[in-house]
Amino acid sequence: MNVPQPLERPPTSAWSMYRSIVGIGALCALLIVAVYQSTAARIRENQERFLAAAVAEVLPPARSTVAVVLADDGRLMTTAETHELPVLLGYGDSDDLVGAVIAAEGMGYQDNIRVLYAYSFELQAIVGFKVLASKETPGLGDRIEKEAHFIANFDRLDARLDVDGKSLQHAIVTVKQGEKTEPWQLDGITGATITSEAIGNILNTSASRWLPVLERDARAIDYSPPTEEP
Amino acid sequence: MAVKEITTTDEFVKGLWRDNPVFVQVLGMCPALAVSNTAINALTMGLATTFVLLMSGLSVSALRTFIPREARIVCFICIIASFVTAVDYIIQAISLELSRSLGAFIALIVVNCLILGRAEAFASKHNLLRSTLDALGMGVGFTVALLTIGVVREILGNGSLFGVAVLPGSFQTWTVMVLPSGGFFAMALWLLVVNRIKERQAAAEKHAQEVAS
Amino acid sequence: MTDASHWSIFLNAALINNFVLAYFLGICPFFGVSAKLETAVRMGGAVSFVMLVASVCAYSINLLLDAVNAPYLRIISYILVIASTVQLVEMLIRKLSPATFRAMGIYLPLITTNCAILGLALFQTNRGYNFTQSIVYSLGAGAGFALALVLMAGVREKLDLANVPQLVKGTAAALVVAGVLSMGFMGFAGLGR
Repeated sequence: MNVPQPLERPPTSAWSMYRSIVGIGALCALLIVAVYQSTAARIRENQERFLAAAVAEVLPPARSTVAVVLADDGRLMTTAETHELPVLLGYGDSDDLVGAVIAAEGMGYQDNIRVLYAYSFELQAIVGFKVLASKETPGLGDRIEKEAHFIANFDRLDARLDVDGKSLQHAIVTVKQGEKTEPWQLDGITGATITSEAIGNILNTSASRWLPVLERDARAIDYSPPTEEP
Repeated sequence: MAVKEITTTDEFVKGLWRDNPVFVQVLGMCPALAVSNTAINALTMGLATTFVLLMSGLSVSALRTFIPREARIVCFICIIASFVTAVDYIIQAISLELSRSLGAFIALIVVNCLILGRAEAFASKHNLLRSTLDALGMGVGFTVALLTIGVVREILGNGSLFGVAVLPGSFQTWTVMVLPSGGFFAMALWLLVVNRIKERQAAAEKHAQEVAS
Repeated sequence: MTDASHWSIFLNAALINNFVLAYFLGICPFFGVSAKLETAVRMGGAVSFVMLVASVCAYSINLLLDAVNAPYLRIISYILVIASTVQLVEMLIRKLSPATFRAMGIYLPLITTNCAILGLALFQTNRGYNFTQSIVYSLGAGAGFALALVLMAGVREKLDLANVPQLVKGTAAALVVAGVLSMGFMGFAGLGR
């Protein structure tokens, strides 16, 4: 017969109920931990590969990178830990400091936008930009990733510091499409105003926070190139 | 009226059309509308939900004599949440990009009323085989429903399908379709189509019965 | 940690990225309860309260999980806490106002599967809001949910009296109304920036 069997049992005792719940809880915990452990390495690999590809895209001259963080005393120091929003120093073929790559995040139209940008110490400008993660509207907000004139903003986006080296001389700001007159302005996208303004804000906030520290401390970082694999 | 015998294969097929989770039972609408703005998102969400449906259905069915009736909802939730966590990490391991574009909605599978509903209404009362078929049927029905909405929204709203442009560049995309409003409209349209077809099916059956008697 | 002001977080959650009309969270109760204005108001209130409590709990749990480095327990701990909170609210309402309890019926326990609450907890974690930002976010989300619910209920009550074709009656009509409401709310974009 195909009649569904209802759960016909006398009311369960407290001990039996406790035993079952704990048993099921233990099974669930086991499952979660098992999956987490078995996928952790692969996920980390994916993240590293993704980041490496993004870094190569925004700062081509960099052959190797070193992750840095702010120490408690406000100075720059190297770190081996992976962070959500990494800040990297890029070194070129002759182990010279070619630039810095910074990840930043901020609220766009729909949700958080995560970006990666490259700063050149020589030019004192942002020279590379890539959107790492965005949930902006396809066809509208996601034009920041594809539209040529917006990407051209980042050929050399002026980000020089003012005389005392503590903040940006000119704040990075987004202007209406076609109205860009200064090298620190971002030519926005008509029809994606909020998203392009968000990018301007994200870059401004992140650059104001990191560039003064990088300009002050990056050259002093002791860089040892990774040993060559035979 | 003769009572229809529910055959084993029927447990699978019913999830596809007669008891389709999205269009008939109107369950699991949140993800149906939220992640269906592109076809690939819809497909991934559907497959992930099917996986959780299947695994939790199997577990609930296998453990149904051990789960105390009074605390069954908590147990179901625990089991479902574990599999959702698992599928979250599996998707991250497969493709970081997919995981990022779906964001928090993979985690939200845990509150998909469909999964809890099937566990409560079916898996806790039937054996492993039937529960598997039921879960698979509902999952496939859900995925197909999500895909229909996703395909319409992506083609009309972005001129592409699975990222490949299918409409000529001169086509002025109906951007509203990839916006939240478009989700509501697309679902309403499909609901109308499904209702119309069911209406005609019911009328035809009634007519056939009248002719037979 | 984000630099957005509290006011902009509140506006964002309530209007610009309304949980129901922009993020599609909480659709099931949205369509289930919005047929009558009175139940809609009560449901809106109950959900707002649960959102506030859930937000605080989620923040605390997240601190704990970060301390023991167990991010994989996030989903299961959030949902269990939400389920318990709803149970608590149910008992409270039954004690304080039996009339409301009877009026809400099945919808009260259904708040557990309200994606909006879990969504709130997950979003605030993903965006790294601190404590006050989380509180403001949950207040905004609750207000937005209640607003959308009340608006929907008002329109649906009128729609019930109108001459709608049989095929479209019910969920299909409600979906179209929701679509139009959603388009209307898009007009709030850019507010408070």
